[in-house]
Amino acid sequence: MGKIKAAILGSGNIGTDLMYKILKTDGAMELALMAGIDPESEGLKRAAEAGISTTDRGIDGVLETEDIRIVFDATSAKAHMAHAPRLKEAGIIAIDLTPAAVGPYVVPAINLGDHLEVDNVNMISCSGQATTPLVYAVNRIAPVKYSEIIATISSVSVGPGTRQNLDEFTMTTANACQKIGGADTARAVPIINSAEPPIMMNNTVYAVLHKEADEAAVLESIGKMVADVQRYVPGYRLKAKPYIDVRHTPWGELPTVIILNEVEGAGDFFPNYAGNLDIMTAAAQQVGEQFASHLLKKGGVIV
Amino acid sequence: MKAPIITDTTLRDGSHAVSHSFSPEFVASVVSQLAEAHVPVIEVSHGSGLGGSTIQQGFSTHDEWSLIEQAVANKGGSKIASLFVPGLGTRPEIIKAAEYGIDILRVAVHCTEADVTQQYFEQAKNSGLGTVGFLMMSHTQPAQVLAEQAKLMESYGADCVYVVDSAGALVPESVRDRVARVKDSISINVGFHAHNNLGLSIGNTIAAIEAGADQIDGTLRGLGAGAGNAPTEVLVAVLNKMNIETGIDLTVLMDTAEEIVAPVFKYPQILDRDNIATGYAGVYNSFLLHVREAAEKFNLNPVAIIEELGRRHAVAGQEDWIIDVAQDLKAKELVK
Repeated sequence: MGKIKAAILGSGNIGTDLMYKILKTDGAMELALMAGIDPESEGLKRAAEAGISTTDRGIDGVLETEDIRIVFDATSAKAHMAHAPRLKEAGIIAIDLTPAAVGPYVVPAINLGDHLEVDNVNMISCSGQATTPLVYAVNRIAPVKYSEIIATISSVSVGPGTRQNLDEFTMTTANACQKIGGADTARAVPIINSAEPPIMMNNTVYAVLHKEADEAAVLESIGKMVADVQRYVPGYRLKAKPYIDVRHTPWGELPTVIILNEVEGAGDFFPNYAGNLDIMTAAAQQVGEQFASHLLKKGGVIV
Repeated sequence: MKAPIITDTTLRDGSHAVSHSFSPEFVASVVSQLAEAHVPVIEVSHGSGLGGSTIQQGFSTHDEWSLIEQAVANKGGSKIASLFVPGLGTRPEIIKAAEYGIDILRVAVHCTEADVTQQYFEQAKNSGLGTVGFLMMSHTQPAQVLAEQAKLMESYGADCVYVVDSAGALVPESVRDRVARVKDSISINVGFHAHNNLGLSIGNTIAAIEAGADQIDGTLRGLGAGAGNAPTEVLVAVLNKMNIETGIDLTVLMDTAEEIVAPVFKYPQILDRDNIATGYAGVYNSFLLHVREAAEKFNLNPVAIIEELGRRHAVAGQEDWIIDVAQDLKAKELVK
């Protein structure tokens, strides 16, 4: 039985971690190509060592390879803007790990099923993957008036792309909490902590509710969502039991759900503290698997 | 010795101490007094900078833009600055602040993260603003690291870089070392911002000036986060005694501090247990009221929370860790 052929475009840290994740999974997808633009890049060398075909000709190399059906784009927002129309024209599904957001935001535990027929999906941001599910879990029980998320990541795990474009990260994450999480309004605040040894990625979600809610039902919903995310990000967990506090807000004293979450990486390529990078690649892999299964089903193959 | 340029940040750092409750009328009256006293730069914004009004930092009781509007309207010959913390603020706020008529943007990051500031310095310059880089929690890094970070900010377009003692943890010798090294490494101005946790806000500021600082910060009556800052009126009095002529009217400052600012204090800003512990453990000063709230809620000693935050190396903006620490300490207590 054939598997769906996938390529990783971008042989940097994210692409390399994703490669190891795909290689250790026996699923509906097979990694057929690692594409970079620097022949000396460590990612290409590691791919070659792992027996994966490589190209240093970027998108051109991908388009010249036969039967690639899915491309994970782990380059940059600017590069993805150029890649997206070419992939579309070639009939290839793009899973976009950059902030370009050409296609709809996807969080596997929330809305992947809605987008299996589109040809380009966006993975939001690491903190978007971590916090949007929690906002959504609260909102499906008790409508959220305002959500505020604080994403704390270790300094060593924040690459130059994010550093030069912190606004994109901030705005994209807030946008996802609103559009996918369901909050009426939302803010996201990234914090970079340079402590040594590096801290584990951790997120705090404040969800201000319109009115009092059934705390047990909210907690149950959060617990269920955490279990759903854990299916593809095993190190995703609550740090403590969430609770509902009453907070001063511009809209008066309102019940506010407070959720503390941390994400421990699987250690595939990045160290365990870099849960922020791990959740991106793990979520992207999950999206790839779902697309690949869907393509196989459409092709009449039962998986 | 050359007179340093003084920035009064009562209306920004002081915002923390009153839980961000300054009114437009209060801002108008303080700014007009500071302008009358010829204080060259007056900082106005939420305590955590533009866009700082959040659950995490505390919501402002009044719209921040109405405060900035009043500041600009009453600035006289002074300049208006606003703080900007990347992540809490985004570029649209810089553009808006420039349209409201502020003169200077002070971009603040943890002192190892200068390389996130480039897009903000560029935006500030494009919007015609003067620019200052704020290296927060400077006690956590040796002078050489600060010097390298300051150089990055200079390359992005900063007009001045501050060594910021956010935790009030530095002593005169460690101030001199840091300020002198930063001064050596860049060709723009160097500044120093003090907190008073160890009773050294004035002493450290003088040490900074002796080490070459071109700019310093103060707040009227020391109103500021945690243990507060170097009182601007005391700084001017001390500089007068040192025959360093600032051109600032001491009488007007003393009257403003006494008659307008003193009445708004919400708690005695003294070197009590919590403030000393904050300086000693090297913890960000604006955590204080959030720590006290959590200590009460979870029935814990605030010092235990402060010390644990110090051990975990919490940086500016991590008020959510206070809840985390309090929950952990409570859980341990229950196990016992």
